[in-house]
Amino acid sequence: MDISLLLKMAADAEPERIGLTCDGRNWTYAGLWAAATGAAVEIAKSGASHVALLDTGSEAAPIALIGAALAGVPYCPLNYRLADADLGALIARIEPAFIIGDVARVNKLAPGGKHTVLTRADFVKQAEAVAAPEREAGEGEGIAVQLFTSGTTAAPKAAILRHSNLVSYILGTVEFGGADPAEAALVSVPPYHIAGIAALLSSIYAMRRIILLPAFDPNVWIELAAKEKATNAFVVPTMLSRIVEALGDGSNMPDLSHLKAIAYGGGRMPVELLVRALDLFPNTGFTNAYGLTETSSTIALLGPDEHRAAHKSDDPKVLARLGSVGKPLPTVELEIRDEEGRILPPGEAGEIYVRGDQVSGEYRERSALLPGGWFPTRDAGYLDDEGYLFLSGRADDVIVRGGENISPGEIEDVLLAHPAIADAAAVGVPSTEWGEAVAVVIALKGEHPGEAEIKALIRDRLRSSRVPEKIMVVEALPYNEMGKLLRREVRRLLATG
Amino acid sequence: MKSGSKLKSAVCDTEVLLVKAPAEGVLSCGGAPMVAERGEKGTIDPAFSEGTKMGKRYTDATGSIEALCIKPGAGSLALNGVALHLKDAKPLPSSD
Repeated sequence: MDISLLLKMAADAEPERIGLTCDGRNWTYAGLWAAATGAAVEIAKSGASHVALLDTGSEAAPIALIGAALAGVPYCPLNYRLADADLGALIARIEPAFIIGDVARVNKLAPGGKHTVLTRADFVKQAEAVAAPEREAGEGEGIAVQLFTSGTTAAPKAAILRHSNLVSYILGTVEFGGADPAEAALVSVPPYHIAGIAALLSSIYAMRRIILLPAFDPNVWIELAAKEKATNAFVVPTMLSRIVEALGDGSNMPDLSHLKAIAYGGGRMPVELLVRALDLFPNTGFTNAYGLTETSSTIALLGPDEHRAAHKSDDPKVLARLGSVGKPLPTVELEIRDEEGRILPPGEAGEIYVRGDQVSGEYRERSALLPGGWFPTRDAGYLDDEGYLFLSGRADDVIVRGGENISPGEIEDVLLAHPAIADAAAVGVPSTEWGEAVAVVIALKGEHPGEAEIKALIRDRLRSSRVPEKIMVVEALPYNEMGKLLRREVRRLLATG
Repeated sequence: MKSGSKLKSAVCDTEVLLVKAPAEGVLSCGGAPMVAERGEKGTIDPAFSEGTKMGKRYTDATGSIEALCIKPGAGSLALNGVALHLKDAKPLPSSD
């Protein structure tokens, strides 16, 4: 089984239905399929070992994704926001590649490389010219997608997803043709992110029209959602924050009443922001999706009914679920384990392990899967007694103070509840007494409450071991472009500041 | 049978992808064993003529097999002569 089958089925079922809208042009499923078959011809002819996309989102992304599958070559979208040196190193790792997008940049970063390089327009034009739509979907068992991890802690790893992983994910979570003809999903996540790939495959298989927004801007997002009558959207927390900010008190809000579902994921969602969004979009169902590149996207989700129930609840335990990522998918097994690998009971935090057909856990260099197929995610978290999963950061981010494990998230949550604190990060810093001690970096939105007040707040709400030994104030915390906090940068600030 | 492989009906247009397959057994459509490559089409057994639906998944009572319909046809599916039924799809909210 091969991911090209997902598009082929849509093209066979309703060839003339619109599957994609981008820059004012509509693509039918038959049109996308034809272009993908042509792309496969060009890719095979080039002899490339990888198909890379160095470009913002456009029709070229699904055409290259499916074309690469048909040609039996991994699709490897690249992060065009990377600095030259970092991007150059990644391009060298995929030589010889068939690269679509920024021709000038590739020529500058990889002069003399054995690559085939085309602009987006030339790629699409050639693919349409040599289309062979009569061909069957492939039966490839190999690698469908290779994604370089964002490398917030170390050098980027080349995560690989096999056709079997992605097909299992889609078949397990999406009903074929399940979308009604009026449905349309606004896709604004970049093509090099797992959420960007999952959005294309899920929407194609559900036959939900994709509206591509190539570069996210909150006002353009709002305009496009209104104009195209988007019914679904996926956003990362930073995007939602900017959309909510742009809508203000909602008095000048355009008609977004057809927006029936907003899914979010890819980072920590502040509860305060979520509550504002629930108030601004009272008739929209919110879904929190938790997943990793290595798990083919979503492995746990908190659905719309659970959001509304928590939002309206007086029970602190139910209300707390707004901060949960929900329950594991029925097709995924999930366990919390301690450092010795023992399974932990509800309420106890440890590392999240998952298993399932959609879980790859593989990198180019090695597989991280353990015997029995379990993947240690390196994410820390716990389950409540009804099976709701709560994240408490990366396992590597846990602060170990005198043998006690402290999750940065619990400290950050308390700090963020203070009216004068806009943003907060807690990290471990070397301590001769404790091995590691807690240090926090905060950004303010009011007058500095003073170190004594901050320390007292943490002591009262948590306990004395959580009280920071060092408090630093900055203008803004360091994030990458997907809204992921760069903790190594926070540690560097503390070491130098 | 092997999971991941495609099979065609010998008597109608049905094609399926085996998402899950038992090691032993015969999958039939319209009363005739399914094949990798279709020759001259035979006739459909009226006992297996309810048809297959595009994109639907079919399974048996024990869940030993799961066949995804990738082309619909007039015949219906059976494993070792026992009719398969539609797999209950538990709809999940869209998360991408």
